[in-house]
Parts: sequence; C-alpha cells; structure tokens
Amino acid sequence: MSFLVLENVHVYYGGVHALKGVSLTVEQGEIVTLIGANGAGKTTTLRAVCAQVKVREGRVTFQGRDITNQPTHEVVSLGIGHVPEGRRIFSRLTVKENLDIGAFSVRDKSLVKRRLEQVFACFPRLKERLNQKAGTLSGGEQQMLAIGRALMSEPSLLLLDEPSMGLAPVVVEQIFDILKDLNQRGTTLLLVEQNAFQALQLAHRGYVIQNGEIRMADAARTLLENEEVKAAYLA
Amino acid sequence: MIAQTLQSLPQVLVDGVTLGAVYATVAIGYTMVYGILELINFAHGEIFMSGAFIGTAILLVLNGAGWLAHLPKLLVLLLTLLVAMALTGLLGMGIERVAYRPLRHAPRLIPLISAIGVSFVLQDVVRFIAEWRTGNYIVTGVTLYGSEVNFGSITVKSNALFVLGAAVVMMAGLDLFVRKTKWGTAMRAVAQDKDTAALMSINVNRVIALTFFMGSALGGATGVLFAQQYGTIDPYIGFILGLKAFTAAVLGGIGNIRGAMFGGFVLGILEMFASAELGPLTGGVLGAEYKDVFAFIILIAVLLFKPEGLFGQAVKEKV
Repeated sequence: MSFLVLENVHVYYGGVHALKGVSLTVEQGEIVTLIGANGAGKTTTLRAVCAQVKVREGRVTFQGRDITNQPTHEVVSLGIGHVPEGRRIFSRLTVKENLDIGAFSVRDKSLVKRRLEQVFACFPRLKERLNQKAGTLSGGEQQMLAIGRALMSEPSLLLLDEPSMGLAPVVVEQIFDILKDLNQRGTTLLLVEQNAFQALQLAHRGYVIQNGEIRMADAARTLLENEEVKAAYLA
Repeated sequence: MIAQTLQSLPQVLVDGVTLGAVYATVAIGYTMVYGILELINFAHGEIFMSGAFIGTAILLVLNGAGWLAHLPKLLVLLLTLLVAMALTGLLGMGIERVAYRPLRHAPRLIPLISAIGVSFVLQDVVRFIAEWRTGNYIVTGVTLYGSEVNFGSITVKSNALFVLGAAVVMMAGLDLFVRKTKWGTAMRAVAQDKDTAALMSINVNRVIALTFFMGSALGGATGVLFAQQYGTIDPYIGFILGLKAFTAAVLGGIGNIRGAMFGGFVLGILEMFASAELGPLTGGVLGAEYKDVFAFIILIAVLLFKPEGLFGQAVKEKV
C-alpha cells in the first residue's frame, strides 16, 4: 500500500481542464518531486490532495484512506502538512501566533511547546522574531515560517509548493538542507518546484507534468540525465 | 453662548458616552462579520432589535408572574442579558447558516440583498409576535433601575450606568478573547486567509459561525440595555440604530474591532453634542432634530476623505 496515491485525477477551473487524469504515488519515507513549467498543473495537483479544488473524477488516497473531496481541515488533520505557494503566512499575526495556529489541532500544550522548540532548532531566526508581525519578515524568513508552521502539526507527509520561489540562492540552499534533514528524520516529502535541478538533486523520484498530464516518471537521477528534461527544465 | 456650551459640556459628554457605548457594541457585530466575510450584515440592526424584544419579554413575563419584586434586580438583569445573548447569538448563527453560507461564493451583491431580506423578515416576525401577545407593536417594558443619580450639575439615569458598565465589560472580554485565545487567533487567521486557515486544520465554517454568535450576542445584549435605557421599543428601532452603528464601524475602519469601539464612542459624543448645541450655536436655525443628519455627514466625510477609516488598512500587505 502506497502512502499517497493519486489515481486518474481530473480537475476543472470553470471550463478549463487543469488536470487531465494525473496519477502519481509517494511511498513512505520518500522525497518525490513534481516538476514542470508555469501553469502545467503542479500547484493544482497539491491542491487536489488537500481538497482545495474539487476533484471531478479520480481518487486520492492517503495511508489507504479515501480522502477525495473531504473537507480540507479533516484531510490535513490526518497528518498532512501543506506549505502553500507564495507562503501564505498570516501577515497580520505575530510569528508566535502563526506557529500556534499551525498546531491548532494539537490539544496538549506541552506538546505544542516541544514542537516549538523543534522548529526553533531548525530555524533559529524565527525565535529572534517571535513577537514581530509576520508581514514584516524578509522573504526567506517568511518561507521558514511557512515551513515551521506546517511542521507544528508534526505531519507525516509534507507538501511543499515552490519553497524556493523568490529567494536568494543562499537561502534556497539552506531551506533544501533543512528539507533533507526533515526527510532523514522520517517525514515524507512531495515537493513541487520550478527549480528543477535542485529539486531533482534532493529527491529520490520525480514526475514531469505538462499541460495537466504526467509526461515522465522516473528515478530523480535518471531524470537529471534525460536529454528532454535537460532541454526543457534544466537549461 | 460659548460659556453656556462649556457649562453643558459635562452632561453632553456623559450622555454621549452612554449612547456611544450602545453604538460601539453594535458596531462590533458589523465589523466582526465584515472582517471575516467581507459582508455587511444588514440584518445586524434587527438582531439588536430582537435582543431588545427578548429582554423586554422576559421582564414582562417575570413581572406578570409577580416574581420581579422578590428577586434581586442585578440578578434579574444579568439573567435577562445572558438569555438574550444566547438566543440572539443562535439567531445570528442561524441567519448565517440559512441566508449567507449558501451564497458564500456568489457575487458580493447577492448576500447583501439576502441580508436586507432577513431584516424585513425579522421586523415582521417580531411585529407579529408583539401584536399577538400585547395587542400593539410598540411595547413599553419594565424598567429595573428608574432612579437618577446626581453628580454636581450632571444628572445620570442609573440605567445609563448599567448600560455603560455592561458594554465596557463585554467589549473588554471580546477584545481579550480575540487577541489571547486559541479560537480568537483562529478567527483572525480565518479573517485574513480562509484557504490557508483550513490548511491549519481549522474548521472555517465553525469559526464563521462562532463569529456570528459572538457579534450577534453582543448586539442582542445591547438591545436589552437599550430597552432598559429608553423604556419603549418597536420593531423598527434596529434600522436607524443599525445604520449609525455601521457608520461607527466605518469611521473606525471596518474590520477593525478596536476601531469600531472607538468609532462608536466618537459618534455617540458628537451626536449628543449636536443634539444639545446645534440650536444654541446656530441661533435656532438648526435644532436637535438635525442630530441624525450629523451622523451621516460624518459617514460621507469619512468615505470621501479617509475611506479606510481611522484605523483601517488602506492597502493589503505584500504577499
């Protein structure tokens, strides 16, 4: 039984057929990346997992459980963390409040405290900015906050939507190191990236999506060597 | 003339603050709902009116049964407030469920029209019940604290002190709730970004229902206090008061709770000032009856010169 399975998923935005039968699997403990051009359907695929778009046809299962079109807050409470595109931190809330909201479903206060310490261990910068409004953080710090916020629920599967977007190369490196570290400690990752080279270097397996359809699926190392991929995404 | 104005100023301030407390607590209901749904809940004035009728009905029944004389007044007032808050809170939640939630993704004009429809329904239902039970839709209730207190040259109805006290306690409680508690934080998160809040395993519909409950309960409680203050009520008191409270919310920056409180007090004081001083200051050309015009001139001026209100956010933050 695979950890996360998308089977023949179709999504429409009004009259636009955005996902045309996407199928992909993620095994427990893996890093899987989904690469593709702008508008290919990467974000929509992640949004289909968390039921933020309606799946017209097909099925999404997580740990063997059918989660297709279930309410978003119920899907994520099964152990899915989602770092959305554009970070989407709550800019009017403080850094601390953002992190607390990440642990909204956790009742045990001492557990929240422990996880807060774990997040600070990953992102010491956030500890310095704890009582600042999140909107005043730099882009890199906001991305760290978005990831930290998702980690507060201690997800077993973390979905990341372009965590490198708009960040300086140094910061991107730092964030990818943290992702690798998270994975080694047992978190399964599904990473959507335009920065295909770095994503494929980090991932175990990769999928290439084009016009709402999966075009290629292979080991990340193989995709890095593939001439077609090189020409289209690694140039 | 100036000396006369100055002399009456303390009384104007006291009356204005009392009226302002009413505007402020009702304005909070508008601003909370707007903050979370970007919807102007035009039925909120009618929720206030329903609270006034529920409170009056409770007191009339207690009085009719002869219990009112035997119970401590403060206890009666507190119980009346709590029952009215619970009922109007549920009323607000029900309105959201029936009239707004199905229209969540409709164009913004549609739920607005739905809100106006709910207003009419509430007015007519309350009128029907009032006429059925009392024979008249204008109802005079039981005044718990009828006496007056004198501080030097200022006269205050003891009812006004309860209005002010209860309003301040409720506002402080709400402010603490929104800023310090888990559900209050969730409310602010939902107000800012519903999709992302759902990703944090927040049940967005439940937070919206809670917002309606709290805003409506505040409005309903204010209705009870208003009925105590003025004695006589009818099913149409929510309309003009609702508009003024809405003005107060816009003045403070709609969506901003503390702004609504501030706007309410400012509007109350200005209106009382206009009511007391317009006649003397204009040599009798304009009288106290122009005080309502005053409130709406403020609304127009705010919309013209500072549409985001005194404490509103003019632009969205960068993402």
